[in-house]
Amino acid sequence: MILPPWCRRVFLLACATIVAIALTGCGDSRDDRTADGRIILQYWEKWGSFEAEAMRRVVDDYNASQDQVLVKFLTVSQIDQKVLLATAGGNPPDIAGLWGYMVPSYAEKNALTPLDSYIAEAGISGEDYYPALWETVSHRGFVWALPTTPATVALHYNKQLFEEAGLDPERPPQSIAELDAMAEKLTIVELERDGQTIQVRYSDMTTQEQAGIADDSRASEFRIIQLGHSPTYPGWWLPMWGYWWDASLVNDDGTRVTPASEPNLDAMRWIESYTEKYGKNNMLAFGSSFGNFGSPQEPFLEGQIAMVIQGVWMYNFIDQFAPRLEWGVAPFPSAYPNTTPKVTILESDVLVIPKGARHPDAAFDFIRYVNQQGPMEKLCLGHRKFSPLVKTSERFLQDHPNPYIEVFIDLASSPNARTTPLIPLWQEYLSEMNVSINSVYRQVIEPEPAMERVEQRIQKKLDRAVRRWELTKDVRLAEWEQMR
Amino acid sequence: MTPGERQKLRLGLAFISPWIIGFAVFGLYPVAMAVYFSFCDYDILRSPILIGTENYTYMLQDEIFWLSLWNTAYYAAFAVPLGLIMALLCAVLLNKEILGRSIFRTLFYIPAIVPLVGVAMIWLWLFNGQFGLVNYALSYLFGIQGPLWLDDPAWTKNTLILSQVWQIGGTMVLFLAGLQDVPRSLYESAELDGANSLRKFWSITIPMVSPVIYFNLIMGIIGGMQEFVKPFVMLGPDGGPERSALLYAVYLYQNAFTYNNMGYACAMAVVLFGIILFLTWLAHVGMRRHLYYAGD
Repeated sequence: MILPPWCRRVFLLACATIVAIALTGCGDSRDDRTADGRIILQYWEKWGSFEAEAMRRVVDDYNASQDQVLVKFLTVSQIDQKVLLATAGGNPPDIAGLWGYMVPSYAEKNALTPLDSYIAEAGISGEDYYPALWETVSHRGFVWALPTTPATVALHYNKQLFEEAGLDPERPPQSIAELDAMAEKLTIVELERDGQTIQVRYSDMTTQEQAGIADDSRASEFRIIQLGHSPTYPGWWLPMWGYWWDASLVNDDGTRVTPASEPNLDAMRWIESYTEKYGKNNMLAFGSSFGNFGSPQEPFLEGQIAMVIQGVWMYNFIDQFAPRLEWGVAPFPSAYPNTTPKVTILESDVLVIPKGARHPDAAFDFIRYVNQQGPMEKLCLGHRKFSPLVKTSERFLQDHPNPYIEVFIDLASSPNARTTPLIPLWQEYLSEMNVSINSVYRQVIEPEPAMERVEQRIQKKLDRAVRRWELTKDVRLAEWEQMR
Repeated sequence: MTPGERQKLRLGLAFISPWIIGFAVFGLYPVAMAVYFSFCDYDILRSPILIGTENYTYMLQDEIFWLSLWNTAYYAAFAVPLGLIMALLCAVLLNKEILGRSIFRTLFYIPAIVPLVGVAMIWLWLFNGQFGLVNYALSYLFGIQGPLWLDDPAWTKNTLILSQVWQIGGTMVLFLAGLQDVPRSLYESAELDGANSLRKFWSITIPMVSPVIYFNLIMGIIGGMQEFVKPFVMLGPDGGPERSALLYAVYLYQNAFTYNNMGYACAMAVVLFGIILFLTWLAHVGMRRHLYYAGD
């Protein structure tokens, strides 16, 4: 078969086009200047919804404030993976909004630009921020990010349920022991007494009934209707319960994990005590009745749970789904209120310049702009969070819709405001801890062997990471020093 | 080779070159690199460092690896045969002259085309231990107190299997097509010899559709060992309580994209390839003697 010449020509043309497209796709043809000569910066952010809008307004302000740089704001899902792959591929965005806990891992893997010299030049210092936040953005003696919207966690409690239980709604629990005692009063159980199905508060149950509900073989005779507290709801910070017992999850230089330390084991025993007291099967059955977070069926909004640990964002959901809820906020009480008061977990979103970004100077100019008091307060008010800057204006507090915002700010400045463990292996540690703590809660394994298992598994991986760091340390530090 | 033949060869190669290039770039190269990375310490950002077989020796001591392998084997050992049997039975029933046959065929096929994430979300609600329709039906119809399907380590894998068996549409359609090829004359002569329906099914239908069974078995093994979407959505990245339903592909994904242990994940992928290859070979050897091709 002989093809007519035009056919061959069309075919070759098609091949050439495909090759051309492939080549330009790999190459660098992104137009990064506007027609009037402004540098275009790509900014990837994980937030959608009203949080993204708040940042978009700040970006618009910045773009209007000068005529050198134009920031393009883009909401990106699964940002951790996308920034990682874009950086590995050598074509990252100029600015990325990550989570603070990702900083050590990204920095160690050489995916970020150190900001030290920029920060010095801009006159920004660690003292401008809450201490725990500054720890979050530092790693190996360098600063890799600047905070944006932070959050602390606190006890949220339902005042109406407190009143119904005969508790003073203006007096939240002051210690873990008191929390447990209040939880007994706030827990309502359906059971059979003298041939009748009745609902009783746990604290009003007879000793036999209390023994009965703890006995899993008799689970079908009891049904939890309302719960005072559950250490596994919402379960987002399970591995960090130890902070309320003054425990640490890693040693100071980050070379050893310490989940099996005595204070942390105490926290684990506390988690286990809830299923021991109310019965594993009853607790699991009650837990599986919870609606999704971010819906009106969320158990705290529905009044199924009286006391939960939640972040500063909880207000947004109460406002949206349960505006008539009577609620209060207080520091989540610690096991030792006298020596270790005001414990909280302080987390933050951060802005970074991925390594290989084409316009780091311009990118930092934007980050610097966001970290000024005015724009930062505008952003954080839009998120309905507090500002990461220690200095907060009166106006900000007045305008803030969350009636308890000062509790969260107060917690942020507490010496017991802690971060997630700042080690590159945190993700693996976290998932190992979550699995083991769930097993402890289900009474499959005792706290001690469970935590020893975690320690053994994670320490092995950490040793490997430490070894690798030791091997590459000199080269990396010299390289960073140069970029600093 | 005459010049004409050579020209034809060149032209032929040119015409299939888009496929060859595509396969080399998007198929062969990634596979080759995965094998290479499996011998490296590689975390995507830093350049890979050759570490010999350490990823493989670590795998031997990694309890979670063995757990995920066991979970996957358990899952596939039940989900694949059960899926095949159910699909074949449905196909045979839907091959009968019944009222509204095409409607039933459509209904049974629909689950196969529903997006998996949506399916997983619906199953989450059906299998809810407290409010789920499954437990409601169990207690209403039989007075049985159903388990906490996805919260009870003893039930998580079985729940996945149950939900998988529901999605037999694709397999069933292949069986239906196979059943069309069984000659009526075989059944007629068997009836003359006094065979009952069971006998006809066993001695005529099964051998005649054996190539379809073979194909579905192989595809089932491959799919079952790589099951990902539903367990990931229904039980999360840790595989539910006590990792009781952490499947191989989910653990591999976690290593690759959550922990950034890309080297280890690649080693796991290579091992999975070996396992699937072995199982396929086993299925091939086991069924070779029982295959009947009408064309032979």
